[in-house]
Amino acid sequence: MSPRHRQMATEALHENETLASLKSEAESLKGKLEEERAKLHDVELHQVAERVEALGQFVMKTRRTLKGHGNKVLCMDWCKDKRRIVSSSQDGKVIVWDSFTTNKEHAVTMPCTWVMACAYAPSGCAIACGFKQFSCLSLPSSWDYSGLDNKCSVYPLTFDKNENMAAKKKSVAMHTNYLSACSFTNSDMQILTASGDGTCALWDVESGQLLQSFHGHGADVLCLDLAPSETGNTFVSGGCDKKAMVWDMRSGQCVQAFETHESDINSVRYYPSGDAFASGSDDATCRLYDLRADREVAIYSKESIIFGASSVDFSLSGRLLFAGYNDYTINVWDVLKGSRVSILFGHENRVSTLRVSPDGTAFCSGSWDHTLRVWA
Amino acid sequence: MAAGPAPPPGRPRAQMPHLRKMERVVVSMQDPDQGVKMRSQRLLVTVIPHAVTGSDVVQWLTQKFCVSEEEARHLGAVLVQHGYIYPLRDPRSLVLRPDETPYRFQTPYFWTSTLWPAAELDYAIYLAKKNIRKQGTLVDYEKEYYDRLHTKINHAWDLVLMQAREQLRAAKQRRKGDRLVIACQEQTYWLVNRPPPGAPSVLEQSPGRGSCAASHVHMIEYCRRALGRTRVKSSVCLEAYLSFCSQRGPHDPLVSGCLPSNPWISDNDAYWVMNAPTVVAPTKLRVERWGFSFRELLEDPVGRAHFMDFLGKEFSGENLSFWEACEELRYGAQAQVPTLVDAVYQQFLAPGAARWVNIDSRTMERTLEGLRQPHRYVLDDAQLHIYMLMKKDSYPRFLKSDMYKGLLAEAGIPLETKKRVFPFSRRPRHSGPSPALLPAPVEPTAAGGPGGGDGVA
Repeated sequence: MSPRHRQMATEALHENETLASLKSEAESLKGKLEEERAKLHDVELHQVAERVEALGQFVMKTRRTLKGHGNKVLCMDWCKDKRRIVSSSQDGKVIVWDSFTTNKEHAVTMPCTWVMACAYAPSGCAIACGFKQFSCLSLPSSWDYSGLDNKCSVYPLTFDKNENMAAKKKSVAMHTNYLSACSFTNSDMQILTASGDGTCALWDVESGQLLQSFHGHGADVLCLDLAPSETGNTFVSGGCDKKAMVWDMRSGQCVQAFETHESDINSVRYYPSGDAFASGSDDATCRLYDLRADREVAIYSKESIIFGASSVDFSLSGRLLFAGYNDYTINVWDVLKGSRVSILFGHENRVSTLRVSPDGTAFCSGSWDHTLRVWA
Repeated sequence: MAAGPAPPPGRPRAQMPHLRKMERVVVSMQDPDQGVKMRSQRLLVTVIPHAVTGSDVVQWLTQKFCVSEEEARHLGAVLVQHGYIYPLRDPRSLVLRPDETPYRFQTPYFWTSTLWPAAELDYAIYLAKKNIRKQGTLVDYEKEYYDRLHTKINHAWDLVLMQAREQLRAAKQRRKGDRLVIACQEQTYWLVNRPPPGAPSVLEQSPGRGSCAASHVHMIEYCRRALGRTRVKSSVCLEAYLSFCSQRGPHDPLVSGCLPSNPWISDNDAYWVMNAPTVVAPTKLRVERWGFSFRELLEDPVGRAHFMDFLGKEFSGENLSFWEACEELRYGAQAQVPTLVDAVYQQFLAPGAARWVNIDSRTMERTLEGLRQPHRYVLDDAQLHIYMLMKKDSYPRFLKSDMYKGLLAEAGIPLETKKRVFPFSRRPRHSGPSPALLPAPVEPTAAGGPGGGDGVA
């Protein structure tokens, strides 16, 4: 072996050793952390909830069906006015509906684009879309990632018939892989995004400037949710690395992390008090994590539920957890008792997105069957 | 066994946990003691062993998982859709009929979780076999595929036909029963991998999810920080959920209903009209909510306005205005930051300012220091101080005040809308004005204009 080769081999060996020692240090610290967390775990949620009155019989039905998308619905969000909805699909279409009347009020079509995330601005005057754009010459026949742009754009909503909605759009965010989620903060002027490139980012809408980035996930980030806290400083994200991470928006640091799921986390949502959040995963379970106790406190699962949960949301009081699954169903869970209250059939393909309305009178589900349904 | 495609090493099963779970179910269904009742099924002149009926499958699932029949039928349908159970009689559609229809369990060789690429060549051979066989006819979409493949792999077509004939010849050596079963198995495999148009493809996955590259350094840093944090006992945290849920239960429309009616159910939007963001007479439930938490009060424009009035009476209205101005800074446009910071300073912090806020000297010092290089979080400390002041001091007094008690007493409970007698007479659904149509709200200045302009209808 030449001296040069010997040197490279030695370096490689060191690197491997370093990697191995880092890994074992991480593992040992994780173990210590679990021990610390376990010390204060003196009771289970369902035990505490034994004295809570059981919920009555649940009758929830589809009250509206929104038809108009030509392909899989990938995302939806409610407007603060409690009745309008924005939804996006795989054929590049973004539609704003008054879901109470089922009228379509606005529509934008972006050819050769998958719109995987969408959000309504707090003012109700704009929407944001996170998408992946492809060259129109090479329409993908499978999930091919040599796309062009992974952007998040903001579209002001206009009723002017002469104005093309796409004309006034603002390109805000740019990631190096697909955008999986986006959300406005407390105003129309900031957007938080999550991406397949493993990071989340906070952007200034007006200038498109990156305000803060959040690194720490070991794989694609699939979802995020802003905390309803008084001081409005944190958000939670979930990813393909099976981790749910809570971030400080100001410093960019991860303040809490949880890793108990056995597969990708598709959806995270805060409990209305802000003290906990729920997650839905490909491992067919939903889990509740308490932020003050710093641990997982409940698992919502059933042997007969085999498919991954794609999206979760709480009812207004936090008593119910609605979860949409990849086997086309929606399961309703009693958050306190841990039992499944109801199963809702109706969609003809997987449920990809689910949100409770701002005043809690209904929830909306979007599906790969091209439709959205409002349930109450 | 029909010479199917040679299995290359499949993708790791861990990526599709639902397939593994389905396999476990199917394996336990075939347990000789605890499994589904097996019987021999007569098809014309052949007898096929180890068949089960659709209704037995549903029955078994109902008992095993303690679920309703509807859910068991759904679960059974999903197993059939994924090709783990196939119909013996009409193998064209992977549907579970909850009756005497016979089914069989798919051989593990063809299990969906093996994730073979289901190559075009193999599909071509399969279709060619079907075409050649005397009774086999290709369905429309199969004909289309066949023609397309013929064009695409024309150069290899001789090979395709040769393979097809060879496989058919080999199959003829088998007993009729085996031949039939193998044909069904193969057909099921292709129905899963090349679904007919209109049928959902169960193999479709979400966009390519990345592999996991563990970030050990981040994890180590995080763990070190986390080890030192204070935690709260589970019992305390969990009790908090109970009290939160019970307090909010009556306010949760999906749990307790809402008055006069849930708009989605009754088609009547009176509930929204009565609970509009800025309404003259808030409902009793709404006024009650202002007492749940300070955040709840501030988030409601009507509540906030009343609180501002109350503070005005106590000559501390500038606190709320200051807080609002800080919110505007935190969530405002990046370009506005220097202007807003300056405006807030002039209005609230400068010595002799018109609406000077009372902050403790240490916080004031820190804030003034930070103002030299203004950024959007520069007022965080001061804002928090004032927020806590209002929360701990003014807010409890507000709740005890005559003003609040008066509002609570005045607030009404809407009457329940009587159920309509004629379910077919639909009330016309009125469309409310879109928030995007309203004139843009006057931007509240740092001087504390109309509270929290969100301009929602």
